[in-house]
Amino acid sequence: MNAFFEDLGSLADGLGMTLLMLLAAGAGSILVGALVAVARISPLRVLRGAAFVYVQFFINVPLLALLILAVFALPAAGFILPIVPTAIIVLTTYESAYVAEALRSGVNTVPQGQIEAARALGLTFGQSLRLVIVPQAFRAVVQPLGNIMIALAMNTSLTAVVGVVELTAHVNKVNLVYAQPVLFYTTGGLVYMGIALIIGLLAGRFERKLAIVR
Amino acid sequence: MTIPRVSLRSVNKHFGELHVLRDIDLTVLPGEVIVVVGPSGSGKSTLCRTINRLEAVDSGEIRIDGQEVPAEGKDLAKLRADVGMVFQSFNLFAHRTILDNLTLAPTKVRGIERKQAEEEAMRLLERVGIANKAHSRPAELSGGQQQRAAIARALAMHPKVMLFDEPTSALDPEMVNEVLGVMTSLAAEGMTMVVVTHEMGFARRAADRVVFMDHGQIVEEGVPEAFFDAPQTDRARSFLASVLTH
Repeated sequence: MNAFFEDLGSLADGLGMTLLMLLAAGAGSILVGALVAVARISPLRVLRGAAFVYVQFFINVPLLALLILAVFALPAAGFILPIVPTAIIVLTTYESAYVAEALRSGVNTVPQGQIEAARALGLTFGQSLRLVIVPQAFRAVVQPLGNIMIALAMNTSLTAVVGVVELTAHVNKVNLVYAQPVLFYTTGGLVYMGIALIIGLLAGRFERKLAIVR
Repeated sequence: MTIPRVSLRSVNKHFGELHVLRDIDLTVLPGEVIVVVGPSGSGKSTLCRTINRLEAVDSGEIRIDGQEVPAEGKDLAKLRADVGMVFQSFNLFAHRTILDNLTLAPTKVRGIERKQAEEEAMRLLERVGIANKAHSRPAELSGGQQQRAAIARALAMHPKVMLFDEPTSALDPEMVNEVLGVMTSLAAEGMTMVVVTHEMGFARRAADRVVFMDHGQIVEEGVPEAFFDAPQTDRARSFLASVLTH
């Protein structure tokens, strides 16, 4: 029985790795996604085009394929990075495409008058974006962003395939010892569900707090 | 000779087929209050919005204090900072408090210290009678209060000229006067103003000069008494007859 509790401890380590990837890639994807969204609506055609290609690429290529490419193909091409940072970067770029699309729809909810008021006060285009448009766009898409973060939490489990030892990988490992797949995978699944519930609750709270009444 | 605060020379603008501004020439001297009136669709709002180039023009020249307003870029932003604008729909920044609405541009555009900007903002809110709303969000204010906050926001930049684009058209009747009151006191203090409005009483009371527009043209301009009591053109007469009968 002691060994069982030790193994539970190892599951906790796995959970830690899952949460680390979730937080790092979550913050990263919101940041990168905001930049991509800004590029997507910028007056510069080149930027708009590049952002469009970026979003289309990451939305249309399966995450697992991206992970395999990054973990096996990049080192072959001479880019060598430890496995965890590699996984975080892939998750960040992948999710940032979804964040960018959500934000872009949020930008469309910002009334033209807000932009005119910003310009009339002498704010530059960049300042108007940063101080008026993007903050309002974010507030309009809290729920969709929450859903993207939930998807990210689920997606971290794919990194087990390329060798990141996170929650799912630990469940695999422990199950190899005890051969109780129903018990262990159900437990693992419940943990992911818990994470998703927490993100959903947080998103709901943020939304109530930040929502813009017009 | 005094340099005009605002001058428009041969300004033309089309919306597709529609010629909305036809060879507009307009000069506003420092301290002058110009009220622009005319039927809807006459181009008066568009005229107001071209002064800070929120509306692009097809041809013509726009100058503020003798300096040509460029069509775009950082220099345009700089000049806009000197031109206060009040919109029909207030356009207060919905995600910020009233106080933050007033301090945003002074701190970010002018580089004024936050504390100093806040003191100034409180003075202005006091002046327009809504200091108690400083920490509220725009949606928590009535229309009249929002418009007064918007006027204070524009004043916080110490503009050389204030543009009012139908500032009372979106207000319930009982709130019109509180906004006109603030505008009248501004005019009395010597602020240079261009006001597009349907409030003929305000035009009569506060204007130095009334500009009457129809079909994209300035048809007639003159001191309020002359314009209201003895309009020169048929178009002005029929417009006045239609707005003053009720």
